[in-house]
Amino acid sequence: MPTYVRTEKCDGCKGQDKTACMYICPHDLMKLDKDGSETGHAMKSFNQEPEQCWECYSCVKICPQNAIEVRHYADIVPLGASVQPLRGSDSIMWTIKFRNGVMKRFKFPIRTTPEGSIEPYAGKPKPVLSDLDKPGLFTMSSNLRGDKSQLIRL
Amino acid sequence: MAEGTFGNPQIIEEEVDLLLIGGGMAACGCAYELMRWIEGTNLKVKLIDKAAMDRSGAVAQGLSAINTYLGDQDPADYARMVANDLMGITRDDLAYDLGRHVDDSVHLFEEWGLPIWKQPGDEGKPLKDGGKPVRSGKWQIMINGESYKWIVAEAAKKALGTDNIQERVFIVKLINDKNDPSRASGAIGFSVREHKLYVYKFKACLLAAGGCVNIFRPRSVGEGTGRAWYPVWNAGSTYAMAAEAGAELTMMENRFVPARFKDGYGPVGAWFLLFKAKATNALGEDYLTKNKSLLDQYPPYGQAAVPASCLRNHVMMHEMKAGRGPIYMDTPTALAKLAETMTPKEIKHLEAEAWEDFLDMCIGQAGVWAGENIEPEKKASELMPTEPYLLGSHSGCCGIWVSGPTDVGAPSEWSWGYRSMTTVKGLFTAGDGVGASGHKFSSGSHAEGRLAAKGMLKFVLDNKDWKPELDTSVQELVDEIYRPVRNFLEFKDYSTAIDVNPNYITPRMLQFRLQKIMDEYCAGVATWYQTNAHMLQVCEDKLEMLKEDSLKMRAKDLHELLRAWENYHRIITAEAHMKHIQFREESRYPGFYYRMDFNKVDEENWKCFVNSTYDRKAKKWSLKKVPHVDLVSKPTAK
Repeated sequence: MPTYVRTEKCDGCKGQDKTACMYICPHDLMKLDKDGSETGHAMKSFNQEPEQCWECYSCVKICPQNAIEVRHYADIVPLGASVQPLRGSDSIMWTIKFRNGVMKRFKFPIRTTPEGSIEPYAGKPKPVLSDLDKPGLFTMSSNLRGDKSQLIRL
Repeated sequence: MAEGTFGNPQIIEEEVDLLLIGGGMAACGCAYELMRWIEGTNLKVKLIDKAAMDRSGAVAQGLSAINTYLGDQDPADYARMVANDLMGITRDDLAYDLGRHVDDSVHLFEEWGLPIWKQPGDEGKPLKDGGKPVRSGKWQIMINGESYKWIVAEAAKKALGTDNIQERVFIVKLINDKNDPSRASGAIGFSVREHKLYVYKFKACLLAAGGCVNIFRPRSVGEGTGRAWYPVWNAGSTYAMAAEAGAELTMMENRFVPARFKDGYGPVGAWFLLFKAKATNALGEDYLTKNKSLLDQYPPYGQAAVPASCLRNHVMMHEMKAGRGPIYMDTPTALAKLAETMTPKEIKHLEAEAWEDFLDMCIGQAGVWAGENIEPEKKASELMPTEPYLLGSHSGCCGIWVSGPTDVGAPSEWSWGYRSMTTVKGLFTAGDGVGASGHKFSSGSHAEGRLAAKGMLKFVLDNKDWKPELDTSVQELVDEIYRPVRNFLEFKDYSTAIDVNPNYITPRMLQFRLQKIMDEYCAGVATWYQTNAHMLQVCEDKLEMLKEDSLKMRAKDLHELLRAWENYHRIITAEAHMKHIQFREESRYPGFYYRMDFNKVDEENWKCFVNSTYDRKAKKWSLKKVPHVDLVSKPTAK
């Protein structure tokens, strides 16, 4: 189900060195065609290797222009359907359009804290190096769980 | 140094104390634990990710469940479940250790902002304060996990600091130490964005670059090639780089063949466990119950409350081969039954939950349903076993042999001083990298990364004065890594068609060749996962020529150089898989693969680990049996 970029919507992330989709794609698929020599559309991005697309939608979700959509794999899926998200800071809205026209909409929470708000070590214990050899992790209390009598070779 | 050009990259050399290769759950866990312990030590850390940490690794797309959360359950029970699902041959020390640590990572995820479903009445009450999760199985809990990786990465990135993260650099090779060949002290890779090549020296390194996808011909070979079950960017880099550095691998014969919704590979766990759906053959028969006798042929693994994953495939394929396919997930009956006692509002909520299961982690399946007009309350969906995958974190246990914990009664040979260290000094792994365990999933991989962090730090502190020196010159390494680019530049004008040229092979065609060989000779879908010694010999001969030809891969740009090296890693991983299947003269995982010349589970001779090492100079594998020992009691055959 490769992604495709809507020509009229993509603005090439306004001439920055890399686009949001290039930044995020886990498989290095999205590419900015700077001079139009590859697609005929200068300063717009495209999926350079559609048959390697995992359909993870990372680019679709991050695109500031909502310019990226997905056309389901031509070798598997009948034409006409679409699955499109709109990701906000605390929830995501999905619109699913079936081939036969049936529409479904869902909204799901994605995060309970503001983006960027994590303070990884605030209020967490500070471990001492002499404990490095002991089991456990620095955020855990010293009592490890588990009924040791279950360990038959101890 | 001057700005690099295509074929002549700028070379950047850097020495750090601890290098983290990978940016997925395991590496994020490692970074989080490590950066707290080293506060005030002045040790230098760097994390290298070939993608962007916000969406890298197996959790990039999100998940609809956390599959390992123990809650009130005992780690010994967890170790028993892991062992049974993987047909008895796992390291209880590793599973037990994971089981007693994993919940802490889940508690952090929730604190950082991951929404976790709670039982009615416990909404808003965190797990760590006793909030009761919604379980979709004995070990699984349901989440709203679209941003799971984004959240975990935010914590890791903040812990590390921007200066200590290098994204879009693909590490392709580990380098042994000049003064101690049993030690790894360097890693080399290239930027996929700029003409820059990076050489890192380190005292300790975490290699956590995922499992291996796409060494077998996938069921879809057009655009759908990318719709792999596990992420298509997992290229076996962990196993290949570790093997080449001399690390002992274990259980590389193991594979995972998930039975999933056909074509989209959407998850089935919630359908089975949360919605209580049944899988049936085309006649509507519950084939798992009907064929209980097939499961009884594999005691005790087929007789557990949840029979081993491979055996469930075995029974499914029995029905398909008998002509009673397709296999269906009977979603209409399950939803109708649940709806009997529900209000319309509750039914609507249930429908949303069913769709969210796909939309959180396998959006492609939602696309298949929408395109085929499948509404689950009206129409059943086909199930199908996929092409094989190699991994150590999900329902698979291939990987690297690592040093385990010392306080759980493991044999002394299972531990050599530093938790999570491989048999190569200074080289550590976690997640998909750790073999002979499995069923860690996302949370367990994070926790395992954290355990590795402590072992790595201890190693570094014990080797404070060690100066890493590479056994190969930087120039030699550069020549090797940029060979595909030079192949291209040297020969590109020989023919008029850029992809057809007798002097080089495109990474794409090389991958097709690998997939064809593995599919047809090493028990892929083409032969119903069956092979024998003769077929494996053909496979070995063909892989040898493929490996020779890998030196002729071309790269017309940096993107193709990325693919070239990913596919080299795939070849080494595939070779390990083939050699292990060749060595183990039994069929340990019926339903995942069959040695038709030894078509039984041979508890007497093969209830043991198989470990291997690779000599990168001689290009030869050595294999051996390693005794298996139970550390917790296990059920016996009924």
